[in-house]
Amino acid sequence: MSAVFLARLQFAFTIMFHYLFPPLTVGLGVILVIVEWLYLKTGDSLYRETARFWVKIFGLIFALGVATGLVMEFEFGTNWSHYSRFVGDIFGSALAAEGIFAFFLEGGFLAILLFGWDKVSPRIHFLAALLVAAGAHFSAVWIVVANSWQQTPAGYRLIGTGPAQRAQITSFWQVVFNPSSMSRIAHVYMGAWQAGAFLVMSVSAYYLLKNRHVRFAQTSMKIALSVAAVASILQLVTGDSGARVAASLQPAKLAAFEGHFPKSAPAPLYLFGWVNSARETVRGVSIPRGLSLILYGDPNRPVTGLDAFPVNERPPVNLVFQSFHLMVAIGFALIALAFAGLFFWWRGSLFNHPPLLMLYVPSVLLPELANELGWFSAEAGRQPYIVYHLLRTAQGVSPNVSAGEIAASLALFAAVYALLFALFVFLMNEKIQHGPGPEAPEAREPAGRLA
Amino acid sequence: MSYEFLRVVWYALLGILLTGYAVLDGFDLGVGALHLFARGDENRRILLNAIGPVWDGNEVWLVAGGGAMFAAFPEVYAAVFSGFYLVFILLLFGLIFRAAAIEFRGRLPQSWWRRSWDASFSASSILSSFLIGVAFGNVIYGIPLNAAHQFSGSFFSLFSPYPALMGITTVALFAMHGSIFVILKTEGDLHANAREWGRNCLIFFILCYVVLTMATLLYVPHMAAPFRTHPYLFAIPAVGLLFIANIPREIFHGRDFSAFVSSCLAIVFLMGLVGIGLYPCMVYSNPGPQNSLTLFNSASSPATLTVMLIVAAIGIPLVVSYTAGVYWIFRGKVRLDPHSY
Repeated sequence: MSAVFLARLQFAFTIMFHYLFPPLTVGLGVILVIVEWLYLKTGDSLYRETARFWVKIFGLIFALGVATGLVMEFEFGTNWSHYSRFVGDIFGSALAAEGIFAFFLEGGFLAILLFGWDKVSPRIHFLAALLVAAGAHFSAVWIVVANSWQQTPAGYRLIGTGPAQRAQITSFWQVVFNPSSMSRIAHVYMGAWQAGAFLVMSVSAYYLLKNRHVRFAQTSMKIALSVAAVASILQLVTGDSGARVAASLQPAKLAAFEGHFPKSAPAPLYLFGWVNSARETVRGVSIPRGLSLILYGDPNRPVTGLDAFPVNERPPVNLVFQSFHLMVAIGFALIALAFAGLFFWWRGSLFNHPPLLMLYVPSVLLPELANELGWFSAEAGRQPYIVYHLLRTAQGVSPNVSAGEIAASLALFAAVYALLFALFVFLMNEKIQHGPGPEAPEAREPAGRLA
Repeated sequence: MSYEFLRVVWYALLGILLTGYAVLDGFDLGVGALHLFARGDENRRILLNAIGPVWDGNEVWLVAGGGAMFAAFPEVYAAVFSGFYLVFILLLFGLIFRAAAIEFRGRLPQSWWRRSWDASFSASSILSSFLIGVAFGNVIYGIPLNAAHQFSGSFFSLFSPYPALMGITTVALFAMHGSIFVILKTEGDLHANAREWGRNCLIFFILCYVVLTMATLLYVPHMAAPFRTHPYLFAIPAVGLLFIANIPREIFHGRDFSAFVSSCLAIVFLMGLVGIGLYPCMVYSNPGPQNSLTLFNSASSPATLTVMLIVAAIGIPLVVSYTAGVYWIFRGKVRLDPHSY
C-alpha cells in the first residue's frame, strides 16, 4: 500500500475515533448549562444531583476527547507536512484565536466544573458550566472554519510555484466567513446537540425501563428531549443550506451526494440506491426532479452532474452517495424519535410507553453514526483535493515519512484505540449502573472492594 | 510594526508558550515520574488529586505552543513534526496513556485495576518527559535538513547521545520540579517522604545538568556562540543557577511555596538559555548549517503574524488571569473528597 493511502487511512481512523467524543461534550455542555440554571432558579437538590451525574459522564468523555484531539494537532505536521506548509499562513490566525480563547477556557473551567462543587458557590459553578460549554462551542469553530476553508477557499492569494507554492492570507474575515463556514458550523453544532441530547435520553430511558432513579431520569429526559427536538428540526435547515452552498461552489461533491451524472439536466432525489460509477447509473427509488426542486424550487432547473468533470477530478461516488444518504435517513429518524416523545409528553404519558423508551435506549448511536457519516461524505466528497481545486491530497503528505513508518504508527493507533474504546465503554457502563447519588459503593455491589 | 520585529516577537512568544508548558506541565509530569514511590492507595490518590484540577489545563500550553508553531512558523512545524515522526507518535501515546491513567484509575476500586494504572501513569509520565527532552535535544544539536528544509535522517539517528542526555536531564528536571510541588501540596508522612524525594531529585538533576553543560560546550559550539560574542548574557545561566541553589535553602526553612517559585524561575531561565543560544535558529541543520530553519526563513506572512499578535494581546492576559483563579481556588494542601479522582 502506498504512503499516501496509509496516511489517509490513519487520518480517517484517528479523526473518526476522535469525533466520537467532542460532539457529545458540546451537546452535553448545553444540557449541563440548562440543568445548573434550573438548580440556580429553583434550588431543588434534584437538579444538583442531576448535574453532578452528568458532569461525571462529561469528564470521562472530555478526557478521551482531549487525549485523541492532541493526536489531530500533531498529525497535520507529522503526516501532512506539505499541506501544513501550504495552509499554515491561512490557518494561523484562526488557530491562534481558538487555542487562546477556546482550549484554555475549557481546560481551566473544567477543573471547577469537576472538582469545585464544595469549593465555589452554585453561582460560580453555573458560570463554570457556561464557560466550559462556550469553550467547547468555540473550539468547534476553529476546526470547522479551517475545514470549510479547505472546501471553499477564500481570502487568500497563491505565492510561489510548484512544490514551493503557498496560500497566503489576504483577509482574515474572508477566511473566517468563507462561503461554507457558517452553514457548516451550524450543521456541526446541531449534530453535536443531537448527540448530547440523545445520550441523556438513552441513559434516562434505561433507568425508566428498569424503574431506577425515576425522578432523576424523568427530569433528564424532559430536558434532553426538548434539546433533541429543537436540534433535530434545525438540523434539517442547516443541512439544506449546506447542500445549496455545495451546489454552487462544489458541484462535483453535490453530484456525488446524489449520484447525478448527466452534465446538465434536472436531477432526481434518491431515497436510497446503489451507484455503478463505471456505467454511470444509479439503481434505487427516487423522486423525479426532486433534487432540482429542493435546491432551486424549480423542478426543471438543471443540476451540474459528474460528467462535467474529468474522471480524475471526481470523488469516489458510491461511497459518498451511501454515507450521505444514510446520514440523511438518520436525520429523519431522529426527528421522528424526538417528535414521538414530544407528542406523548403533551399527552402526559411520555413515561408510560415502554416501546418508545426501548427505542430510546440505543438511540445515541444514531446521531453518533450520523456525525461520522457526515464527516465522511464531506471529506470524501472533496476528493481528490485536500484543499479544493488548490492542492491535491496526494501532494499534501509528508515526503520524508515512509509507508513502513505509517504502517507501524497505524497499527499502534489501532491497538491503543481499541483498548481505549473498550475501557471507555466499560467505564461508561459502570457509571451508568452505579447511577446518580453518592460515590460510596452501594450495598448490592459485591463485598471486598476498596472505598 | 516591521516584519523583522514581528518575527522576533513571535519567536519570543513561542518561547513563552513552551516555557509555560515546561513550568506547568513539567510539575505534573514530574509528579507522575515519582508516583510509584508513594506507598498505599491513599497516598497515591493524594498525588493524583494534587495535580487533578490543573493537569489538563497545563497540557493546553502544549496545544497552544504546537498551534502557535503551526501558525507563526509553518516551515518549522512541518519539518519538525514530520522529521520526528515516530518520536512524536510515541509521545502522543505517552500523553494518551497518561490522560487515561489519571481519568480511569479512580473509577474502579479493585487493587489490580489501580496498580495497573499507577504503573501506566508513572511509565507514561517518564516516557513523555524523556521524549520531549529528546525532541528538544535534537533541535539544539541539529538534525540533517535538506535544501527544502526536510528532515533527511532516520528514526534511530534521533536517539544519538546528546539528545538522549537531554531527555534524561528533562526527566530529572521535571521530577525535581514535581517533587517540590508534592512538598507544597501534602502534609504528614507523605510530606516527609517528598522532602527526601526532593533532595534526591535535586542531586540527580544537578549531575545531569553538569554533564549536559559540558557536552554542550564540547559538541554543540553554536549554542555557546551568542554568549561568547555578548558576555553579559552569562548573567542568564548564572541567575538560573542561583535559583536552583535557592531551592534546598527554601525547603530547609520550610518555605515550600518559595521553593516552588524558585524551581519555576529556574526553568524559565533554562528555557531562556536555550532560546538565546539557538537565536536566530529554530531548527539547526547538522550537517549543513546553511539549511537551518531560522525565524527569518520560516515565518508566516506579516498579515498573519499581526492578526495573531492582536489575538495574543487580548487572550494571554485573560488566560493568565483565570488560570491564576483556578490555582487560587484549588490552593492549599490536598484533601480527598467524594469528587476526587
